[in-house]
Amino acid sequence: MELRDGLLYSKEHEWLKVEGDEGICGVTDYAQDSLGDVVYAELPEVGKKIKQMEPFMVLESVKATSDVYAPVSGEIIEVNEKLQDSPELVNSDPYGEGWLVKIKLENKDELNNLMDKEAYAKFLEEEEK
Amino acid sequence: MTKLIYELSRPGKRTYIPVKKENISSKFPHELLPSKFIRKKKAYLPEVSELEVVRHFTNISQLNVGVDTNFYPLGSCTMKYNPKISEYITQDSQFKDIHPYYPEKFSQGALEILYETASYLEKISGMDKVTFQPAAGAHGELTSLLVIRAYHTANGNPRKKVIVPDSAHGTNPASSALAGYEVIEVRSNEKGMVDCDHLRELMDEDVAAIMLTNPNTLGIFEQNIKKIADLAHEYGALLHYDGANLNAILGRVRPGDMGFDTIQFNLHKTFATPHGGGGPGSGPIGVKSHLVKFLPVPHVEKKKGGAYFLNYDYPESIGKVRAFYGNFLVVLKAYIYLRILGERGIFETSAGAVLNANYLLGLIKDKFDLPYNERYMHEFVVSTKRYKDKGIKALDVAKRLIDYGFHPPTIYFPLIVKEDLMIEPTETEDREVIEAFADALNSIAEEIDKDPDLLKEAPHVTPVGRLDEVWAAKHLILRYEKTEN
Ligand SMILES: Cc1ncc(COP(=O)(O)O)c(C=O)c1O
Repeated sequence: MELRDGLLYSKEHEWLKVEGDEGICGVTDYAQDSLGDVVYAELPEVGKKIKQMEPFMVLESVKATSDVYAPVSGEIIEVNEKLQDSPELVNSDPYGEGWLVKIKLENKDELNNLMDKEAYAKFLEEEEK
Repeated sequence: MTKLIYELSRPGKRTYIPVKKENISSKFPHELLPSKFIRKKKAYLPEVSELEVVRHFTNISQLNVGVDTNFYPLGSCTMKYNPKISEYITQDSQFKDIHPYYPEKFSQGALEILYETASYLEKISGMDKVTFQPAAGAHGELTSLLVIRAYHTANGNPRKKVIVPDSAHGTNPASSALAGYEVIEVRSNEKGMVDCDHLRELMDEDVAAIMLTNPNTLGIFEQNIKKIADLAHEYGALLHYDGANLNAILGRVRPGDMGFDTIQFNLHKTFATPHGGGGPGSGPIGVKSHLVKFLPVPHVEKKKGGAYFLNYDYPESIGKVRAFYGNFLVVLKAYIYLRILGERGIFETSAGAVLNANYLLGLIKDKFDLPYNERYMHEFVVSTKRYKDKGIKALDVAKRLIDYGFHPPTIYFPLIVKEDLMIEPTETEDREVIEAFADALNSIAEEIDKDPDLLKEAPHVTPVGRLDEVWAAKHLILRYEKTEN
C-alpha cells in the first residue's frame, strides 16, 4: 500500500492535504484497493457544509456503495469534475488525479484528530490483523 | 455468442397461429379504445418463424445455470430445490385460470389456501397475523416499516430513525430510507454479533425500529436477542425480523418468541418457491396483535359458518401495497411445500441446513480464513485474505468454481468481512455434493500455490470468459434498440 508524506489521514481512510485554510481530500490507496473498481462518484455540491467524521459523499464500486467521511468540518469549495466521466481515477491515482473535493476548513484544531503517515501505517497494520 | 431474437428478425417471417374466427373482434383498436391509448408508431417486434423461436429460447435455456442443473450455494439466498410437484399442481386450471375479481363464493378454495398458508406461517413465526401482499422480501421489509410508521404515528409521533447492523443486507437500509427514516448503523462486535453497548448508546425515543436477521448475515445466532428486544421495547421502538435466514431456525425457535414485532418471510428462500425466472416473488409479512389493524387490506378471514371472505374494514390500515392479494400461485407453492413437509419435516429442514453448512465448513476450513470463530448455523463466511500476496481475490476463487461445475457462492457480502465467500448449501443437497464442492474449493486452494493465473483468467469453460464488470456497470444498457443498417 502506498502512503504519502505530507498528508493527514483519517480512520475512515481519507487523506487530507492542507494548504493554508483549505484542504484537498481523497481516499487512500488502501481504501481504493478494498473498494474495488470505482464505477461512480456521487460528488457533493459546491457550498455544502460538512462535519468531521460524518459521511458527505458516496463512492460506488462493483462490490458496494460506500460512504466517504469528512476528514474535517468546513465547506466544499471545489469538486473533482473529472470523476464524473472517469471515476476510475480514484483507483489509478488516489493521491493525485483521483482527488475528490477541496474543503474550506472551519476549525484547524480538528486536524489534531487526524494521523500522520507513520501513525496511519500503524493503524493499517492493526486493521489488517 | 447467441444472437438476440431481434437480430434474427427478417421482414415478413411469420408463425401460424390457430385461432377460432368467432373469438376475434372484427373491430380495430382505434374503434374500441380512446385515442390516447393508441400507439403512434408501429410496435417493433421481431419477425421470426416458430422453429427459430423454439431454437432460440431452447439454446438460451441450455446456457442457464440453476438449482436444477448445478449446486448453487449462494449465501443468504437459500437456493434450495423447488419440488416439481408444486409446478404440476399450480398448472391445474382450477388454480391457474381463476381471476381475483371472481366473487368470494366462487373463490372459496383459493381463499382457503391463503388463509391456511397464513396460519402455518403464523405458527412457524410466532406472529398473530400474516398478509401475502408484498411481492418480495425487500417489499415485505418496506411494508413492515410502513406498518411500524403507522403504529408510531397513531401513538402521536412517527419517530425518525431505524437502526440496522453494519452486517445488514443492503435492502434493510434501503427500505428504511424509502419508509422515510434516517438509517443508523450499529456495529458488530468481535464475535460478529450486534455490539449491545453501541446499541444502547444509539437508542433514544426517536428510534422507530431495529431491523435484524437471526441468525445474522454471517450465519451466527444473535445470542443477545432477548436483551436487544428488551432494549428496543424499553424505548418504545419495534423490532423487525428480516426472514432471509429463517431456514436456519425453522421449527426450532420462533421470532415472535424472541421478541420481534414484525417479520418478513421470503417464500422463494425458506419455502422453496422459485427465485424469479419461474415466476414472481413473494414476501409476506407477519405482525404481533398490536399491529394487525395497520396491515394492508383486505385480510382473508373466516366466518362463523366456515366461509372465507375478504375483510376491508380496517380504517387504520396502511392501504394496499400491491394489486389484489399477493402472488397467489407462489403462495400456493409454499402451501404445497409445507403440506409435503408437515410438522416433522419442517423441524428436520433446519437441522439438515445447519448440518450441511457445518460439515462443509469442517471440510474446507484449513484452506481459508475464518473471520469469526463462532458456531455457524445454516451458512458461513470464509475469507481468501491469506492469498492476497499471490494476487488472488475472492472474485477469482468464485470464477474458478464455475470451471468445476458449481455456481459460485455469494461474495463481498456482508461488507464487514474482506474478500469473503458466503456459503449456504441448504438442506436439499446430499453428502456427495457437499464433499465434491469441498474438494473443488480445496483443489482451487492448491492451484493458487501452483498456478494463480489459472484463477485470474477463470472461468475457462463458459461461452464467454471473465466479464468486464466495470465496463458493464458504467455502460448500462437495459433494452435493445434497433440500429439502422
Ligand atoms: C439478508 C437479506 N435480507 C433481505 C433480502 C431481500 O429479499 P428479496 O430478494 O426477496 O427482496 C435478501 C435477499 O437476498 C437478504 O439476503
